[in-house]
Amino acid sequence: MNVTEFFWLNGLVGGALIGLAAVIMMLSIGRIAGVSSIYASLFRPKSALVWQWTFIGGILSSGLLYQWLYRPIAVEINSNIFLLIVAGLLVGFGSRLGSGCTSGHGICGISRLSPRSLVATAIFIGAGVLTILFMRIVKGDI
Amino acid sequence: MRGAFLAFTAGAVFGLGLIISEMANPKRVQGFLDITGQWDPTLVFVMVGALIVTGLGYKLVLKREKPLFAQDFSIPTNKIIDRNLLIGAVLFGIGWGLSGLCPGPAVVGASTGSLSILVFIVAMTAGMRAFELTQKNT
Repeated sequence: MNVTEFFWLNGLVGGALIGLAAVIMMLSIGRIAGVSSIYASLFRPKSALVWQWTFIGGILSSGLLYQWLYRPIAVEINSNIFLLIVAGLLVGFGSRLGSGCTSGHGICGISRLSPRSLVATAIFIGAGVLTILFMRIVKGDI
Repeated sequence: MRGAFLAFTAGAVFGLGLIISEMANPKRVQGFLDITGQWDPTLVFVMVGALIVTGLGYKLVLKREKPLFAQDFSIPTNKIIDRNLLIGAVLFGIGWGLSGLCPGPAVVGASTGSLSILVFIVAMTAGMRAFELTQKNT
């Protein structure tokens, strides 16, 4: 059994759950499920409301519960600390400067056919693709 | 309070979606971005699944006068594609490509106790704070 062959279904179902989460947020409190914005607000005392804490807490809890009740979560990541720090800084700064990330722009924004989100998503995917290509060239894979 | 509880539920469903689709696994995300190598199309299916549900869901929900537990819908109204959006997206994309991580998956990953994820999150938080500092100066 080839894992990638069947993973399209996991992707579809997982994606549908992410979509459902976004709809729950909009229906219940009228908010965009943009993780970068919500996470960032936790560090701005004036704007940190309870729902932001519970939303992030919910994501964390799902991970904890999943591992406790079911099985480990695979996190295969480059452990180069310098790389992680640079990447983190870029993701943090970039998501704020660009007013969103994969959930905020990629899902919530595109669902509303927001021109800003369509453009932002195309650009960050493009930048990601070029970055991986660059990394492969540097490693000598190409 | 009910709003906060439903936000928790949304977060939990969101996290589960990331785990099931393995978007919480940086390797699978980078596989999608690796178009010249072993391309992994999983992220495409994730987006399709999400956009179908949210596209339909938002349409229905936004017909309402107001949300269930809030005074109104807080939806961004800015439509201008400005320099900040473009540069921000580029920077975000580079960081995303380098690590295969973005905020949501990072929070899920934190639940595993991964040191790499923790390092990323600290740096991500610092990057966000750095942005706030640039705002104070304008």
